[in-house]
Formats: sequence, C-alpha cells, structure tokens
Amino acid sequence: MRELSLHILDLLENAVEAGASRIEIRIEEDLKKDWMVIEITDNGRGMSQELIERVRDPFCTTRTTRHVGLGLPLFLEAARRCGGDLVIQSNPGKGTRVRTTFRHSHIDRAPLGDITGALMAILLSEHPVDLDYCHTVDSGVFRFDSSEIRKELENVPLSHPKVRDWLFHVLCEGEATLINEREERPLSP
Amino acid sequence: MARLKNIEELKKIRAEAQKDLSVRTQTGTRIIVGMGTCGIAAGAREVMQAILKELEARKIEAHVETVGCVGMCAKEPLVDIEQAGKSRIRYANITPENVPRLVEEHLVKGNVVQEWAIGRLDARKIQ
Repeated sequence: MRELSLHILDLLENAVEAGASRIEIRIEEDLKKDWMVIEITDNGRGMSQELIERVRDPFCTTRTTRHVGLGLPLFLEAARRCGGDLVIQSNPGKGTRVRTTFRHSHIDRAPLGDITGALMAILLSEHPVDLDYCHTVDSGVFRFDSSEIRKELENVPLSHPKVRDWLFHVLCEGEATLINEREERPLSP
Repeated sequence: MARLKNIEELKKIRAEAQKDLSVRTQTGTRIIVGMGTCGIAAGAREVMQAILKELEARKIEAHVETVGCVGMCAKEPLVDIEQAGKSRIRYANITPENVPRLVEEHLVKGNVVQEWAIGRLDARKIQ
C-alpha cells in the first residue's frame, strides 16, 4: 500500500470486525532516534495463540467469503523492509495489540499519508466505535478521543453531516500542528 | 484554548443537529462505502473523501457510512445509495472521478446511473 495510513485503516477495520467498541491508536515519530512506532490496541474478541501464529500467513483469513486475508502480512512486510517489525499480542475475549516499528528515515518507508481520511472512515463506520488517537512528532502531540465527543453529542450520531464536517476540521487542524512541528525543526548538519 | 473553542462549537452543532434529527430519519439519504481490505486497496478511502467533498460543495446533507467487506471484492470500491422510500442501489468500481456525476445524477436529479449500477436492494427503513 502506498501509505501507512492505509495499513492503519485496514487494522482498524479488522478491530471493528472483531467487535471492538474502543480502539487506541498511538503513532510515535521520534526523529532524533529515527524510529516510528504505530501501535493499535482494541478491545475486540482477541485471537488464540494458534491464530496469532497463522495470521501472518497471507492465506489466512477468518472470513468465509474468500480464502485470503492480506491485511497483517502486508503491514508486516512494509515494516520488515524498513528495518522494523510487527508484533501481535492478544488475549481471547480481551483484545489485541499490534505494534509495528519502522526506521523513520528508511527510503522504503511509505509516508503516513492521509491519516485524517483513515480516521474518518472508521468514525463513520456503521458499528459505533470509539477512537482514542494520539500522534506525537518529537515534542508535538495531537490527541483526540471520540468518546468525549460522543458524550457531548448525546443522541446525535457522529455521522450527522454537521458533526462529520466538524470532526474533519478538528482532525485536519490537529494534524497540521504536527506538520509545523516537523518543519520548524532545524535541519541536522 | 483551541480545544475549548472546539467544544463550544460542538455544543452549538448538537443543538442544531437535534432539531433536524427527526426530520432526517424520515427523508434522509445514506451513502454506504465498502471499507474492507479489498475496498481500501481499490481506493475506497479516496472515494469516501470525494463524496464528502462533493456533498459539502453542493450543500447536500446526506449520511455517509462505511462498512466492511461484503464479498464482492473484484467490484470494489462499492458505493450504495439508499434514500427513504426507494430501493437501495449498489454501484461498483467507483473512482473519485465518478463521484461528481454520481451525486449529480442520483442525488440531485434522482436518476440511477445505469452503467455503474450492479444491483438493486429492497427498500428498508432508514435508521
């Protein structure tokens, strides 16, 4: 996939399919140590040890409509070719955590891309799911928790056109502050 | 400060949205975009973004929702349009470039775009 945010969207969609009601997304970009960490934790139904071992295989899927599932193997390959890895921790009935690491400056590391679009796609999911999102670039932090917003909205759904436009605006604004953080950093000699 | 301003804005939006909530459930339009691995790889996220942009530009108020894979992976990106009292129409292989025409024909003029449509599902009550 051309962008890391597409892999993230894919994992978020897996979490929704696993019945998660809350998903934590942590993106840490440490430019000094030259690492990027993407960690996604959900409270879905989790996976057995046997499934965790099989899930890296592109020909493994829980679906019955076809016999291949590519989400995790593609993400694993993306991480490995950038000197990183993908680690899965999961407890049946409790949830799953997928931690992916990348060498930040690696030439093969895809850009994060349109993360706002990925988050919007999940916030507009037909299954209501809350996202606790935290993106850091060195000392810059953007945090967004949709459960706070849902509480404030009472009976109005996140997909309401007025709310949807507001959400999009808030996410774009938050991510833009991080871009500034990156650009203001003096270039290393 | 920015955060506080946003919460104030949100409260205002809630008040406005609650007023038209009951009207919307009877007359509303739902646009459903497939967002499984197959959809994502075929460009469903970009299609969703294009739909949001087009709706905003034309000031059309419609609900946009995403769903997982429905099993027609080769036909992704799939976009369903459901309007109260009408059958739900499923469109296949939609690209962001197709979106303005889809919105114009289906939502504004009320015509199904036959060449892109692949199915008609029975009308059901919009939630």
